[in-house]
Order: sequence, then C-alpha cells, then structure tokens
Amino acid sequence: MIAIIDYKAGNLTSVERAVRKLGYPCKVTNEAGDIKNAERIIFPGVGAAGQAMADLKALGLDDLIREAFLERKPVLGICLGTQIIFDYSEENDTTCLGLIPGQVKLFPQPLMERDTRLKIPHMGWNGVKIVREHPVFSGVEAGSEFYFVHSYYPVPADDACIVGVTGYGLEFVSAVAYKNLVALQCHPEKSGRVGLRVLDNFCRWDGYAQ
Amino acid sequence: MLSKRIIPCLDVRAGRTTKGIKFKDNIDIGDPVEMARYYYEEGADEIVFYDITASSDKRDIMIDVVRRVAEEIFIPFSVGGGIRTVEDMRAVLLAGAEKVSVNTAAIQNPRIISEGAKAFGSQCIVLGMDVKRVEKSPKIPSGYEMVIQGGRTYMGIDALWWAREAENLGAGEICLNSIDADGTQEGYELILTRLISGAVNIPVIASGGAGKPEHLYDVLTTARADAALIASMVHYGYYHIKDIKTYLHERDVKVRLTW
Repeated sequence: MIAIIDYKAGNLTSVERAVRKLGYPCKVTNEAGDIKNAERIIFPGVGAAGQAMADLKALGLDDLIREAFLERKPVLGICLGTQIIFDYSEENDTTCLGLIPGQVKLFPQPLMERDTRLKIPHMGWNGVKIVREHPVFSGVEAGSEFYFVHSYYPVPADDACIVGVTGYGLEFVSAVAYKNLVALQCHPEKSGRVGLRVLDNFCRWDGYAQ
Repeated sequence: MLSKRIIPCLDVRAGRTTKGIKFKDNIDIGDPVEMARYYYEEGADEIVFYDITASSDKRDIMIDVVRRVAEEIFIPFSVGGGIRTVEDMRAVLLAGAEKVSVNTAAIQNPRIISEGAKAFGSQCIVLGMDVKRVEKSPKIPSGYEMVIQGGRTYMGIDALWWAREAENLGAGEICLNSIDADGTQEGYELILTRLISGAVNIPVIASGGAGKPEHLYDVLTTARADAALIASMVHYGYYHIKDIKTYLHERDVKVRLTW
C-alpha cells in the first residue's frame, strides 16, 4: 500500500485519484500504523511551509517520514512536500525536515525574461529538462512539460542530486533524486499523460538509483 | 519559459453542456465528462466549466459532474457559476477541481476573494470579470465597466480598478471576458486585455471573441494574455487544439506540444 501523507496541506484527492487510476492501492492518511506499514510514501502538499511544518510536527509525521526514508522506502515529494524535505525554507523562515541538504528560496522580484516582467507564482506548464537519467523519469520524452504552481524553488546543496531543471527568469531545480527519495517541484498528478507516467514509474521503483 | 495555455470553456446547465461538440459528421456530445476527456486527449492545457444552472436545487448535479471529471482527466480544471460562499468553493475543490472562479458574488461581496484565498490559497481563486466598453468618465476612467447578468446590468465599477483590487484581496488569476467581443468570433478585445494584463502581476486568461488561430496569436502576443479561452471554434469542429497550437508554435509563441 502507498501512503499519501495527510497533513491538512491542501487538496490531496487529486494525487489519490491519479494513483488509483494507475491501479495501485493507496490511502490518504496520517496514522502512524499506515505509514509504518506502507511500502512507499507520497508526500504532497499545497500551502505554506511554516504552517505545514507546524502541522507535521503536531501530528508526529515529521519523525515518521524521516523513519520511512531511513528504512529505504521509496519516498516521493510533490510541490510543497518537495520543499519541506530540504533543510530550510525562506517561506515563513522555516526549519524543515532536512532529508536532503539544501534550501528553498523565493523567486527574486522583479523576475525578468526577454524584457518582460514575469508573474509570480510561476503557474502553468513548463519544461523539465532531464540532466541525469533516473528510473522515475524513464520514458519521459525530451521537451515534455509539467504543471507548476509555486513561488519558492529548491536549491540543493549538492549538484549531484539534480535530475531536472526548469527555466523561469532563472534556471531552477525542478526535480531531485537522493538515495531512495525523488522530489518534484511540479505536480505530476496534474500533468497529463507524462505526469501519470512519472507517478507510475515511482509506484514501481525499488528505491535504488539504477 | 512558461507555455501559453489554451483553455476550452464548457457551459453546463443541469449536468449537460449547452454547446456540444458538433463534428463534421454531426455527432453531438453533450456530456461534460465526455467532452472534458475529449479535450484532455486533444491537448487542452486546462479546462473551464461554467455552471449556468439557474435553480440552486440542481447544484449538486454540478458537484457530481466535477467528481466524475476529476476521475477522468489529469490536468487542472476550474469551475465557475453560482459560487456564492466559501462553502460552495470548498465543495467544488473537494470534488476535484483545481480552481474556482467567482464573478458576480465577488462584486457583491469582495471578501469572498480574501476568505477563499485564506482558506485554499490564492492559486485556487480565479476572478471572473465580465466587462463592457463605455465612455470614459470620472467614475469609469479606463472606459471599461464591470457588468453582470450577461451585460444587462452595469455595476458602476471601473474594470481596471476592480482587477487591481481583486489582486490585492488575494485573487490568483483573472479570467477576463469582454461582453462586446463574446460570441462574435471576430477576435478578442485586445486593448482591454493588454490594459488589465499590464496592470496586475497575476495571470490573465483572455475570453470572448475567439474564432481563428490568429485571434489567439494576437491576444497572447500584443495583448500579453497568459492564456486564451476558446469555445465555439473547437466545439463546432472548425479547429482542433493541435492545429491552433501548431499555428502558434510556428509563430514563436511557446505552447505545450507533447501530451
């Protein structure tokens, strides 16, 4: 069973529906028993980092996610879930889970591209350029686009964990992989067929990079 | 770089679309779930549903439509029409919509924007604007006035002022419909679109007037819209989304080409 972590952060039903559509049993949960028994974890989220970390701690989910990661269960971060697995987020000046070394920063303002001032949040479809092969991105065609909604972006401490990058005024890291963890700034559950492909790959991934 | 979004709009009354897809062989699909799936597979970047059901006791039908659409399509979609309270918003979002749009209710009670943004995040809250061109006056300095009831009632509110105000209240996006251009298929209202898009720092979806791919080109380039709403030009089978995207791509407008 796949545990989709429920920490009150936004609408989790779309992730659940997508995983079900792919045919995998899953449960939106914050129960310790479910998370301990799960074979893999999806950590989604829409909202703000400060509130999300406070809710995670209040529910005791921070330790459970850390344990699952250390037990080498495959873990997938999505959007805010991705940001929270780094050490620190500028959003609400928040100390995060620290599963991957690095920080999360606010897009600088004004953000410019070809003399045009870009709007924030970065919302809509944008390319993810794959810079390193990874099983979770297997079969993703070059030029594929994913759906994004965010104002902050991850900056990993170690470039070795970068899998994909995206351009929006600057080039930011939109996909990382570190040990048994993959984290995406985009929303694969809202990214059409290519997004479902990435989710499907994750649901079958053994947690090892090769 | 973000792609410009192409968004089919489906009007739904009591669970059926009012304009079904009429192909050249005259097959009419009136089921909004089937139509959503069709456009999802055709390469739509997002879908807008507008519930024009008049009676409030039939609103549960729309929630059921939203739920069934969410099981079939895995791109963002928004639902507008008849959303009056934060609880209405919650019902639509929990049923699986990515965004909700408010129009008349926001003019009558602007706090619904801030309350919705606080409860669900700005990215969920779309302000729908129905706008008509009028004489410039001290009250309407931009020459564009907010209207409701399909343009029959003028609200005495300047459209430019209202767009900025809604952004300040926490709207995450604006769907800007020109009543003058709506239904003409002669092109979007470019001056209005450029005026609003240049005045706010949230995305603007242009609506009303699309009839040919060049109309989308104009509104997405010179008028600086972030997305374009289309209806008849695809519902009646004159164009496929792929054709529109190819046209735009050939003219250096960035669009999503693989799906």
